[in-house]
Amino acid sequence: MKAAVIQFPGSNCDTDCHAALLTFPGVEAEIVWHKESSLSGYDAIVLPGGFSYGDYLRCGSIARFSPIMAAVREAADAGVLVLGICNGFQILCEAGLLPGTLLRNNGLLFRCEHRHLRLENTETPFTSVLHKGQVLDLPIAHGEGNYFAEPATLKQIEENGQVLLRYSDGAGNVTPEANPNGSLGNIAGICSHGRNVFGLMPHPERVCDTLLGGMDGRGIFQSMIEWSQANKKNN
Amino acid sequence: MANPAITPELIAKHGLSTEEYEKVLSILGREPSFEELGVFSVMWSEHCSYKNSRPELRKFPTTGPSVLVKAGEENAGVIDIGDGWAVAFKIESHNHPSAVEPFQGAATGVGGIIRDIFTMGARPVFLMDSLRFGSIEGDSEQAKTNRRLFAGVVAGIAHYGNCIGLPTVAGEVYFDESYSGNPLVNAFCLGILRHEQIARGAAEGIGNPVFYVGAETGRDGLAGAAFASRELTEESKADRPAVQVGDPFREKLLLEACLELLATDAVAGIQDMGAAGLTCSTCETASRGGTGVEIDIQLVPQRAKGQTPYEVLLSESQERMLVIVKKGREDVVKRIFEKWDLPYAEIGKVTDDGMMRVRNGSDVVVNVPARSLADDGPLYSREAAPFTPPAPLDLSSVPQADPTTALPKLLSHPSIASKRWVWRQYDHMVRTGTAVLPGSDAAVFIVREANKILAAATDCNAIYCKLDPTVGARIAVAECARNLACSGAVPIGVTDNLNFGNPHKPENFYQLRAAVEGISEGCRAFGVPVTGGNVSLYNESPAGAIDPTPTISMVGTIADAAHITTQSFKEAGDQIYLIGETGSELGASHYLLAIHGRKEGAPPALDFEKEKAIHAALLGVIRKGIVRSAHDCSEGGLAVAIAESTFGTGFGAMIDLGVTNDRPDVVLFNETQGRIVISVKAADAATLEKELATSDVPFRKIGEVTSKAELSIKTGSNSYNWSVASLNDTFEGTIPSLMES
Repeated sequence: MKAAVIQFPGSNCDTDCHAALLTFPGVEAEIVWHKESSLSGYDAIVLPGGFSYGDYLRCGSIARFSPIMAAVREAADAGVLVLGICNGFQILCEAGLLPGTLLRNNGLLFRCEHRHLRLENTETPFTSVLHKGQVLDLPIAHGEGNYFAEPATLKQIEENGQVLLRYSDGAGNVTPEANPNGSLGNIAGICSHGRNVFGLMPHPERVCDTLLGGMDGRGIFQSMIEWSQANKKNN
Repeated sequence: MANPAITPELIAKHGLSTEEYEKVLSILGREPSFEELGVFSVMWSEHCSYKNSRPELRKFPTTGPSVLVKAGEENAGVIDIGDGWAVAFKIESHNHPSAVEPFQGAATGVGGIIRDIFTMGARPVFLMDSLRFGSIEGDSEQAKTNRRLFAGVVAGIAHYGNCIGLPTVAGEVYFDESYSGNPLVNAFCLGILRHEQIARGAAEGIGNPVFYVGAETGRDGLAGAAFASRELTEESKADRPAVQVGDPFREKLLLEACLELLATDAVAGIQDMGAAGLTCSTCETASRGGTGVEIDIQLVPQRAKGQTPYEVLLSESQERMLVIVKKGREDVVKRIFEKWDLPYAEIGKVTDDGMMRVRNGSDVVVNVPARSLADDGPLYSREAAPFTPPAPLDLSSVPQADPTTALPKLLSHPSIASKRWVWRQYDHMVRTGTAVLPGSDAAVFIVREANKILAAATDCNAIYCKLDPTVGARIAVAECARNLACSGAVPIGVTDNLNFGNPHKPENFYQLRAAVEGISEGCRAFGVPVTGGNVSLYNESPAGAIDPTPTISMVGTIADAAHITTQSFKEAGDQIYLIGETGSELGASHYLLAIHGRKEGAPPALDFEKEKAIHAALLGVIRKGIVRSAHDCSEGGLAVAIAESTFGTGFGAMIDLGVTNDRPDVVLFNETQGRIVISVKAADAATLEKELATSDVPFRKIGEVTSKAELSIKTGSNSYNWSVASLNDTFEGTIPSLMES
């Protein structure tokens, strides 16, 4: 798999994502500046966390106008895998590549901590090596992760199986207490209708090493790698 | 707008004494211009010149085989960590700004220390903070103000650190009445670099162009350095314009652009614009380079029209740097700063006449020997009051509190209670290197690019320092070293933040002198240099001076990831040992403060030789791979340390402290130094005992980790029991319930 990690001004998880990707054998990863206009030749595109453009105005609202976003949209339309983590998720929502939006946490404060997440759908390029109902331990770090969508949109993404991750307790129970930010339906991550665009608030790149708090983030990247390989063979 | 005439009132308003003004006259041989008066005022303030503290600071040990850049030479010291890699680190205060505008005051404190680090050519990798506030308990107006300051400071640190993408991995927060109205905000940053990347803040190469890069200059933070060198009064709120406004996004761009620029060979010198802004950066670079610098105010990127040269020179607008570029390489600056969409301008050049010369178009508004500003400021030897050692505590005057209720009460004292409410607001995992999360004895951070493991801790028990500043300062150094040892690290260097009251008051100056001596002894004992730091004097509110607070931050290295150790118990059946002997003193303890409302007595004694032997013995058994947890005893003593080791584990502990003649409250809560609670597998107990006996340090087995989440402590014939869940609720719940009320 050859992956591009987009660097917006204010991205700050770009090198973390790049380093995490490079721990997988055979993966090529490059950091791509937001003023570039082409993303041809990449199997996967990662929009990393951070504070693009300082998150001024509204998270992700300025980054979506970056020159690279036309290429991201084009790639997404062509079926290339697009993963948006934290600020990357916010940018994908602002760009309309994912439905809904991320509001200020209901507790109003920034929250950085490990959380449990229940995996809802394994039939996607991002979750195929995982098990349905599996509980992952992933860190969150955000002030605006409160997922919101109109009732009709919410119904649609639920019915389409687009909700991939929900905040839960350690046993996988999705409860109000397990919800760190007020997200509707405890939603922590959703994919596009076509399954090839995935946005999530937790940071899988931070748990790809036992020395740094766990390996639970690896399944997402591993799924992407296996999907890319299978996809190449099919072509 | 015409400049005001230089009158005695104007001179006094600029904080210059008659004697200092005479010195200005003799340097210039004429009356200064209004701009020059402003320039002397900020450069000769305590904040920039250390005129009251420099003779004391010379007592610090600053050299050593691993020191690459010494304290005071540059913006931050640099220490070799092997394989061609080095670390640059420093702590700095932003107390006064945080007192009048907590959010921006704390935010720009973080921004300032980060600039100090990347100015050295280092990539910043993590942050820590040492914070002090007045009491946040109760309904008084003062408590409400203190809560507002606490919430604002934490939010400001979070805002800046989270946005720029640096993890805040450790720190400390204490609450004491002496900080009411004068909180302390000390921010620490560490960066990593290759030896050959060390950048210098010298204006070298006659004729080299001088560039201004970064944010436009506005009117914020006017003469902030001078503001910081005064006592806070009721009228200080009127000084809000002296507080800068931070833009972490701009600083993130500036950081990346500067590191990209420094990776080329186009830079002859670089200096951040912090305290005293453009003024300080021009005269300091010239002074270090033995050259002069000439700039034109009209070429400086400005946020507003109509700013006077005085305002531009003294503004402390954030996120700005001065870069001396090698002649002919100007295009490199242009290319990089345009890429990052940052303002830049060539504003002057390096000259050979040693002068700091500032033009406003064709007018010369400042023409002063650079060295006279940066290095030849006044120096004062202040009077130190004679010290009366504190009377030892008369134990018979202290009623015995029941440990069953005293332990939860101690755990709910805001200074001891969990600071999760604080660090949950900080992104402490970005940059994917945080191997030990906040809340343990020391932060442990893996620097991926260098393949090095660093540990860092920050400590200062100001009650000890108040009662005996020398002993308190020694203990601050020893506790940092002990925290590092508990995490498996060996110390490599220290940075200090000396927070004291007005040095003109002899009792305050004594505290400063005594603390410097205590720190120096500590650093010599552990063989670590002081690599720099910061002095913050005039920390006084109308109620008086703060307790002396010489904050110590210590950095260490861990040789092997297998040696990383945390404070939490790991498994039921593990054997618990106490290394170090427990004494009988209660003076200056948090037990005395939290339970009996008394701040008195002598702090516990400290013996560096015993302390070092204990650290060495602990590291020895950690390296054997048998230590499963290690936690030092500090505020609240042994009982608090053991309780903390059970928290978050699901386990309990059964402790028997054996036969004793001491009162139970003394045994459980005294703060004898040099004690560490460790746990090992039962199968390793014999090896541990053999190793520790060989090291000749006092130790004894005190109990066992239990599967039942209950803490039971027996001392003499008395036995006490607590539910771990209930202790943990108290420990975790205190600060959230105070802050959400």
